[in-house]
Amino acid sequence: MKQTSIFDVISPIMIGPSSSHTAGAVRLGLLARNIYNRPFQKIVFRLYNSYALTGKGHGTEKGLLAGVMGFGVDDRRIKDVFEHVENIDYAFEYEENFKKHPNSVDFIFDDMKIYGESIGAGEVLIRKIDDFEVELTGKYNTLVLVYDDVAGMISKVTTIIQQKNINIATLHCDRYSKGGKASMVISIDGELDARTVSDVKALDKVYFVTYVKKLDE
Amino acid sequence: MYTFEQLLNKNEEIWKAAQEFEAKSCEVPVETVRKCALNSLHAMKEAVKTGLNSTVMSMSGMCGDDCDRLQKYYSKNPSIFGHVFEKILEYSLATSEENIRMGKIAACPTAGSCGIVPSVLLALAEEFKKSEEEQINALLTAGEVGRIISGKVALAGAVAGCQAECGTASAMAAAAAVQLLGGNPKQIVNAVGLSLKNLLGLTCDPVCGLVEIPCVKRNPFMAIHAMCACEMALAGVETKIPVDEIVDAMEQTGQLMSPALKESSLGGLARTKTALELKKKLFNL
Repeated sequence: MKQTSIFDVISPIMIGPSSSHTAGAVRLGLLARNIYNRPFQKIVFRLYNSYALTGKGHGTEKGLLAGVMGFGVDDRRIKDVFEHVENIDYAFEYEENFKKHPNSVDFIFDDMKIYGESIGAGEVLIRKIDDFEVELTGKYNTLVLVYDDVAGMISKVTTIIQQKNINIATLHCDRYSKGGKASMVISIDGELDARTVSDVKALDKVYFVTYVKKLDE
Repeated sequence: MYTFEQLLNKNEEIWKAAQEFEAKSCEVPVETVRKCALNSLHAMKEAVKTGLNSTVMSMSGMCGDDCDRLQKYYSKNPSIFGHVFEKILEYSLATSEENIRMGKIAACPTAGSCGIVPSVLLALAEEFKKSEEEQINALLTAGEVGRIISGKVALAGAVAGCQAECGTASAMAAAAAVQLLGGNPKQIVNAVGLSLKNLLGLTCDPVCGLVEIPCVKRNPFMAIHAMCACEMALAGVETKIPVDEIVDAMEQTGQLMSPALKESSLGGLARTKTALELKKKLFNL
């Protein structure tokens, strides 16, 4: 039986009207912001299926934009978020695509594409960063890296984390092809300091490292 | 943890068992759990207060001014069921209307069902002058009920229909009410059972796919439903089918329900002639 909490049923405190289409959209935006983790001037949101069809009535566009701007799910500015945007060029696209989840979205930055799904009751899942399959829920601090698929990489990275005496909650790997580019997603209990993250970055054959902070409860 | 049966076997107040369990699983002190519950309670009060004074319509323009209509009516024609009844209807509508106009609410358990628990809890607390601590105890009781149900059934219309959302909210509200009015754990669990089993099969068929019709006005109905369960349970009425079995029945009913009636807007109210016309108008199809 899954672990449940009282606070799953008497919260979150949020801007309405829909936990999946509004609060979920904000949380997806916040996660995309944490993954991208640097300033940006331009973003395109591609909304799929129910997000595309009923998004307007549920404030889904507002929620997504508010999220990438760093607003929390209970921020009253969400309602008028378009008036709060400064120096971000944004656009929305809509697509029906039944291979995608009913409530899903692409965050398209200039040099990165992030795909996420709102899976119900405000819970979200980031499923893809560029073409790599990942699984990010925002419930754990998570280290994401892209590297060359060579022997010993998992051991090198986990050793660095282990040296800080930090427990790994989950570990997920994916690769394009044998010997090609690969991705690793490590969610942890506790926090990684900047030094540990840069130690991972300094490893040979590692191209991209981002430390994604968990979302506030 | 666990089932309602196990909860009753603990032989302690439900709110107490709940806060201890939560504190332990989150590795925080009990005071932190109570503080979090108080935050939700404050958000509920604020949503009621704001909602009672607003007539702003939702983005679709379909809902938003019925609480005002009700208050005006009651100011001249008091409810034949008395003042508490008026308050429950007003508070639940105020909250769910606040939700659809993008106001701030506490999801309980979901945003679409956010008016049910607060209306019952706050109306009774005001009427019977219950302290903040007692209100927190009632909210924790409601939370524990929702938590146990959510361990077996996903509280999402898309998975199990509205019985899982407004149905669970009604059971949670019934539990909060019995707790607030001094009932014992057995009566609380009976109120949960009485409430739940009379909502099995409730469909989720929102018009235009929005959390508006019938969701907004369903909130006051479910709140009153909770009060029926509360008063029967306080009188000693028991559910013959144990609550854990009712929750199993809810899960099974959810599985048997057609996907057309589970938040897809492909059946029921969402496929009525008027609903289809509204959809056409709204989305310029």
